[in-house]
Order: sequence, then structure tokens, then C-alpha cells
Amino acid sequence: MILTKTREPALMEIHGLTKTFPVRQSLLSRWRGQPVRKVQALTDVHLSVQRGETLGIVGESGCGKSTLARTLVRLYDADSGEVRYEQLDVLGLRGAALRQYNRRVQMIFQDPYSSLNPRMTVGQVLREALSVHKMRPPETQDARVQELLALVGLPPQAAGRLPHEFSGGQRQRIGIARALALEPECLIADELVSALDVSVQAQVVNLLLELQERLGLTVLFVAHDLRLVRHLSHRVAVMYLGRVVEVASTEAMFTQPKHPYTQALLAAAPTLDPSRRTAAPAITGELPSPLNVPSGCAFRTRCPHAFDRCAVERPALRTVSQNGGSGQEVACHLYDPASDPARALTSGLQPLPAQVPQ
Amino acid sequence: MTGVPVNSGDAALTQAAPQRWGSADAPLLQVRDLNVRIPTPAGELHAVRGVNFDLKNGEVLGLVGESGSGKSVTLRALLRLHRAPVKMSGEVSYAGENLLTMPESRLRSVRGGQISMIFQEPMTALNPVLTVGDQIVENLNEHRNLRGRAALERAADLLDLMGIPSPKARLADYPHQFSGGMRQRAMIAIALASEPRLLLADEPTTALDVTIQDQILRLLLKLRSELNMSIILVTHDLGVIAQTCDRVAVMYGGRLVETATVQDLFRRPLHAYSLGLLQSLPGAGQHRRPLQPIPGGPPNLLSLPPGCPFAPRCAFVTEACLGAEPPLVEVAPGRLSACVHFDRLPPLGEAVSGEEGAR
Amino acid sequence: MTVAQLPPVVAAPQANRRRWPKPTLLIGLALLLLLLVAALVPKVLAPFSPTDFDYEAILQAPTSKHPFGTDNFGRDVLSRVIYGTRIDLQIALFTTLFPFLFGTLLGAVTGYLGRWSDALVGRLADLVVVFPFLVLVIAIVAVLGPGLTNMYIAVSAVGWVSYWRLTRGEVMTQKKAEYAQAGRVLGYSPSRILFRHLLPNSVTPAIVYLMTDMSLGILLGASLGYLGLGAQPPTPEWGVMVADGKNFMATAWWISTFPGLALTLAGVTFSLIGDGLADALRPRA
Repeated sequence: MILTKTREPALMEIHGLTKTFPVRQSLLSRWRGQPVRKVQALTDVHLSVQRGETLGIVGESGCGKSTLARTLVRLYDADSGEVRYEQLDVLGLRGAALRQYNRRVQMIFQDPYSSLNPRMTVGQVLREALSVHKMRPPETQDARVQELLALVGLPPQAAGRLPHEFSGGQRQRIGIARALALEPECLIADELVSALDVSVQAQVVNLLLELQERLGLTVLFVAHDLRLVRHLSHRVAVMYLGRVVEVASTEAMFTQPKHPYTQALLAAAPTLDPSRRTAAPAITGELPSPLNVPSGCAFRTRCPHAFDRCAVERPALRTVSQNGGSGQEVACHLYDPASDPARALTSGLQPLPAQVPQ
Repeated sequence: MTGVPVNSGDAALTQAAPQRWGSADAPLLQVRDLNVRIPTPAGELHAVRGVNFDLKNGEVLGLVGESGSGKSVTLRALLRLHRAPVKMSGEVSYAGENLLTMPESRLRSVRGGQISMIFQEPMTALNPVLTVGDQIVENLNEHRNLRGRAALERAADLLDLMGIPSPKARLADYPHQFSGGMRQRAMIAIALASEPRLLLADEPTTALDVTIQDQILRLLLKLRSELNMSIILVTHDLGVIAQTCDRVAVMYGGRLVETATVQDLFRRPLHAYSLGLLQSLPGAGQHRRPLQPIPGGPPNLLSLPPGCPFAPRCAFVTEACLGAEPPLVEVAPGRLSACVHFDRLPPLGEAVSGEEGAR
Repeated sequence: MTVAQLPPVVAAPQANRRRWPKPTLLIGLALLLLLLVAALVPKVLAPFSPTDFDYEAILQAPTSKHPFGTDNFGRDVLSRVIYGTRIDLQIALFTTLFPFLFGTLLGAVTGYLGRWSDALVGRLADLVVVFPFLVLVIAIVAVLGPGLTNMYIAVSAVGWVSYWRLTRGEVMTQKKAEYAQAGRVLGYSPSRILFRHLLPNSVTPAIVYLMTDMSLGILLGASLGYLGLGAQPPTPEWGVMVADGKNFMATAWWISTFPGLALTLAGVTFSLIGDGLADALRPRA
């Protein structure tokens, strides 16, 4: 497997990435000197992506997974932090260098209905991508369009059709073909199949698996569907309110989740086994507003194990085991040896009976 | 093949279902030959085509299917929520009366009184200019004849029952002041204010996050046993079905193609579509292996193929599937299937790849 | 797994179903054709010269020789109405074309760029619209002097605001669509994203409004002509003709009525086309 070569330098390194969105305020409240309110979308995110792997990024709405995806392709400008792609300082790229980076790191979007220009045929969409980046001389572009269509399993006559003539699953294939036209090294897939029907999802998932195998792509698979993320990813990062709370190999994440939030998330996901039902919800309480993230650990308001330190100090990601070869990192004070040892031990933090979605 | 009347005509199709679930107590709701036709510029869309089912007291029935399968249209037809030019026919009998033909005034007391409904998007289903308390009290006035202080107290009790903290204070809040999960709870509180016998839930957790979905589903189950009501839950999420329902009806192309208890369905589906649906989901131990998708896409209800609507996508299709549309018949005790080859389907988990040649 | 094993793709069933234009569009286009013939080759249709006086036939009621009657100078009203078509279509075009082009372009750019450019143009637009439209146009014409050219300048100075608003709002909506974001990730230049992707998907409301605006433009031209600020006599212009006939309404109703009907016909024509275009230009989802 790819992941056994762990000490190879990472393809992408994310350090301390932070992104906020200011909330529009009325002139009156600004004049009154009320502070500018900000949505804390990403807070001090650290992640690395290995070449050739699929890194799954999961979390609930407002956890920042889509913001992270969009920041990595520079649709959003980060407030602070650093993203290294090989030797490139991604956040500092401008003009031609940024376009060149985007050629190498492509994104596939969620909505099969709005991600394609409704007035351009599939052939025009693909040819445009080829010609802007001069991927092929004009005379061979048509042949390349046909290659791309074949690659994503669409019939040759698709080139002359408009997006509305295709089903949702077929449109996602077109979106994938458009990204592949630039021959990227890394694909960022934001909820690639969540708008599709279950039976069609599997078709697109298979296509992604096959293309990754064939083209050696690195994939960031951003999704809320734990079952799919488990199936596709080599490693998984769990996000909560703009922070990465746990990173681990898929195996470790789904069999021995460490962070209380990961445990709750896995337990809350409905399994396909009707005989395994519980009467009590996996976790109580609402998601806090990203406008008003709790101090310290963002999860402490819903955490059954929270103690005083959780309110004052934000836990950093630290490696807690070498599970799965690449290390399991958790941002939780319970796993910090510096925490009151009695607290960590008596908190009863046994991994919850791992109700793993399957 | 064991006693499947493949060639029985439409008459048998509509009469096959009754009295097959073999329970002594009378069902709360009986649906017979429900049809919904929607006129469109491209022709009449037969969205629900002869649906039959019974719902027992206190039962949670899951109606599962993909987009365009007719599951939501069916649910809305139960309360006659479609308006002209949409045409509904058949029988939805509740307490001995047909909801599809009863006078509008009588229907109004059933709607929201005996049968309530909750929706996917609470923000659009709640009235934004009335407080949550007003909206609960409105229902209490209408259906329980509670007014004034008594109504307010009952409303606070309901919010409390839904697990909303400081319910008295929240009564004065407007829907936009609630978070997504709380809004869904508020909508359930309004729906349950009249103490209905039946709750119709249309994708009630699809817009919610998984931890909140978990809370709402558990809440529904708790309320079901505390209030002894029945629930019809429409969803596309098989996990939600497995975790919530007693019995499942699988819809495809505007028809029920299989009904079974939830245990039976997830252990051994007896319709090629249900099997395909369950097998297309990623399973444990199959890490990064190709999934088994159902080829093609959902059928176009404007031009359905003759015979089984699933036939064009089915791995088990034979000549027998292509003639008349197979009826929904009892294939095992308490199990109905409309699959010609229900007895040839492999058990779940066994790869269909061996059957590929059959295509 | 090879591509050959991928599930076969079912062709979308609704593929290539032609959508025929609505009858309103066809009727509108037929009427426009009639107006264009009248405008381009009035000689073919008009029985008389529009400016020749005929003192033998002053204020004659409609007859077979003069179907629309004659005016107080004995000019054939039918011929004047037909010759007036050219000038009025010209007014329709020139009062709207520049505002359309300028307003749409500006709306696209400021809608896409946002921030200070949008704020700046927005304040300018506010400044223009706080004045009543007609009063502002009359004021500008009064300063520049009467005549068609000055009228076009005055209308253009005010009329772009509507197009700017429409296009700006649409571009702001469209730029949030994922295809626009995909364009950025694909490394397309802002001008390509704006003009190749966003504008074609944003211009429909402006085009539809252009049609309505053309009928408004004719009415405005007529109003200004009526007030003596537009076309100058003896140019046959419908508004001026209505104005000229007003003194004879009681005795010779036909002088004002027929140009008025022509005005109505032109307005209906553009409205029908606008309505039809709104439908025909809507992208199919």
C-alpha cells in the first residue's frame, strides 16, 4: 500500500491555517462601536496530505470542511497560516503561478446542477479547459475531448450536448472530466456524490477509485457520509467547528476513535443493522454557532468528559498512538499526559462501543 | 418459481395486497389502489401507480426510495394535499372513512388533528412571523379546544417533551431564533399538539447533521411509544430506515416493489431493486474495492418500459420480467414482493458479480 | 477495472426535444416585420408623400382615397403614419440601445468586482433615480436644446440605471454558482469568467427589459414630441402627430387617433417579443 512509505515528504502540508468570514453589520451597530462579528470557519488547522493517498475529511455542517477545500484551491484567501504544496507557498501564489498550481490541484464540486455552465456544450466545456492551459494544440483537442469522455464513461456523442440533457450522475462525470482535462496531480472532491441517488453514488465512487488507481491521483475526499469516507480513504481527518480534532488511518479512526466527538459522530451515524438500536441518542446538545465558538475546546459544551482545563485552553493535535503506522493524532486534553493524570484516568474514556457505520 | 402469478392482470394487482399482513387488530390506515397523476407539458405523469398498504396502531412504517420514486407524492396524497390539476384516486381509509372523498370540512379536522405531518425543511414549514408558542397554541385551539393559560401551559409541556431547554421562555421565540435541530423539534411539537394518531414525516432529518438526526430519530421513537401513535417515515436513507422503522415499503417507479419487516429486509431482501440498493452501499471489509452500483438511472415515469420498471437496470432480468408488470404478492409470511425472481436472488453480501452473465 | 466495465450510461430521455417558441413571440415577430417594412420602404406602402400639402383636401374624414383621412394641411394621415414608423423605430432603438449596452456592461463589471466599484456606481445610480425620470430628461433637453439627438443623450444619461441594476444583480447571483467557482479553480482569467460564462447567463433579464423599454422609449419620444422637445415639424412622428391633432379632436378625430393606434401597435409588438424572449432565452435546467 501507499501508506507504508510514511517518511516520504508530504505532497501538501497545512500549518496553522485560519480563516474567518466577517458578518455584514449595519452602519448603526458599527457606529455604536460594536465589534465586527466573525464566523470562525477554520482555526489553526494542521494537516498533511501524502502523495497518492485519499485523505477523507468529515464533519458536520459548519465544521469548516468545505471552507478548507476551497481555501486549498484558493477560492478563499486564508487569514493566516501556511500551505505548502511540494516547494510552493500556495497562499502567496499570484497570476500565472497560481494558475499553474490550480492546474495541478483541481476541485470537483458538489452540485451537479450548478457546477456546469448551462449554455455550453460538454465539448465546449472540455475544449475551453484544454485551450486555456494549452494542454493540447487546437487540432488534437477534439480527440482529447473524446479520450476524456471515454475516461469518465460517457458516450462520444455527449460532446455535442448541453448539461441539461444529462442526469445528475452523468453531470458529475462531466465535472470530473473537466478537472481531469488539466491532468492534475491532486483532486479535491467536495461532497462529490452527496447530491446523487444511492444507486448512482456507487457508479461515481467506482469511477473515482478507478481514476485514482490509473492516474496516480492524490484525493482529498470531503464528505459528511461516514460510510463512504471509510470506504474510500486511507486516512481520515475529523473536523469540528473549524478545527481538526482527530487524524488517523481509516482503520484506527473507525475501530478505535479517540476523540469524544469522533466517538459520538460514529455512534450517531445510523447503521444498516436494525438489531443494533439504542434508545438514547449518541450525544445531546446542539452544534454551537460558528459565530460564537466556545472557549478552549470547541466540543466541551457537548462533551461528557469535559473538565476545567477544557474551558480555558484549546487542545492541540498530538500524536497519541502509532496505530496504523502513520500515527493517530487527537486534539483532546484527556490524552495529554500533562493533564491531571487522575482526571484522564478516571474520566472513563473507554472508546465507546465502537458503533461503526458499515 | 413458487406460486407467483406473473400473468395476473391489473385487477389481481390491486386486490392482491389486502388482508395479507394477517394481524387480528384492525389497521389504523388502509391504502388501496392509490393513484396520483400529475399533468405536465410533456404529458400526464403517473407518479403513484396503484399503491396498497396497511398501517397498524403504533407502527413505524418506512417508505424508502430514490428521487422520483413517488414516496413523497404518496405521503402527501394520504392527506389529500395535492391540489388540482393533480388527480388522486383510490382509497385511503382512516377510521372507516375514505380521506380522498370525504368533504373538505371533515378532512380539515382530520388533518392536523388526527393525522399530522412534518417536513424536511422546518424553516419553510413554520410561519416566520408567528412565535413558536403562537403556532402550537393555534393547533391546540383548533383541535384540542384549549385556550388561554391552559393552552400556553400545554405548549410549554410539549416543548419540554421535545427536549427543548427552558421551554416557557422559548415559546415567545420566533422560528428564526431556533437552530436547525431545535426548529425540527418545534415543528414536531406543533404537529403533536393535537395528539394525533398518525404522524407523517417527509424526510424529517435529511437537512440535519448526523448527531442531530440521531437525536430527532430517537425522539420520534420515544414519542411513538409514549403517545402510542403510528408514524409513516419517508426517507431515501437506508440507515435511517434500519434505525427507526418496524416495517419497510420500498418504492420504485411509483409503485411499492417490496414490503417487509425491517429485520427481514436488511437480512434478505426479496426484490432485485432492494437487493441492488443494499449492495451498492459500501460494506465493511471492502475497503477501496469497487462498489456494486445499480447501472443506469431512475426510470422516467413519462415513458415506463413495459413489464417490471426495474428490468432495464436489473442484473437478474429475464423474458418473464418484460411482459406484464409483476404484481406485489405475498412471497413469504408477512412479506410482499413484486419481483419475478425473488427466489433466485442471492443473499445479501454475496457478490452479484457471478451473476453478471445473466444481464 | 477498466472503462469497459463501467456501467453503461443511459442517454437522458428528454434529449434533444425541440422547444418551439411560444405563439406570442411569433406574433410579435410578425408585427415587427410589418413595422420594419414600413420603416425601411415606406414608399411601397404609403399612397402619398407625408409632407405634401393638399389644400383641396383639408380635414377630410377617412375615405377610400385617404383611409385614415387628412390633416389640417391636407396631408394624408395614413402616409404620415407609415413614414412615421421609421422615425419612431429609430427613437425606440436609440433611446434604448446605448443604455442597454452601457448599463449591462457596467452591471456585469461592477457585479463581478463588487466592493468600491459597485458602491461608486451604486451611488451614481441613486443620484440619477432620485429625480423623476421625465423631469430629468426634460431638464437635460432644455439645456441642450430640443431635437432628437439631444433627446437620445438625455434618455441615455438616465436609462442605463435599470440595465445596470438588472445585470448587476444577476451577475452577483451567477458568480456564486459553482460553475463560476469552477472557472476560477480551472485558472480562467476574470475576463473569461465574466464575459464567456457569467454574462451569457445574466443578460436575459436585460434583454427582456430592453423590449419593454423600447415601447416605453417610443412613448417617451411621443411625449417629448408632444411637448415640442423631440422631433421637430414637419417630420412625421407619431407623438408630434397626436399633439398636432389635439386641437381637432372634436371635429377631426382621425388625425390623433391613427398615430395613437400606431403607437399602441408598436408597444404591443415589443411587449410580445419581450414576453416570448423571456421564455425562449431561459436555459433549460
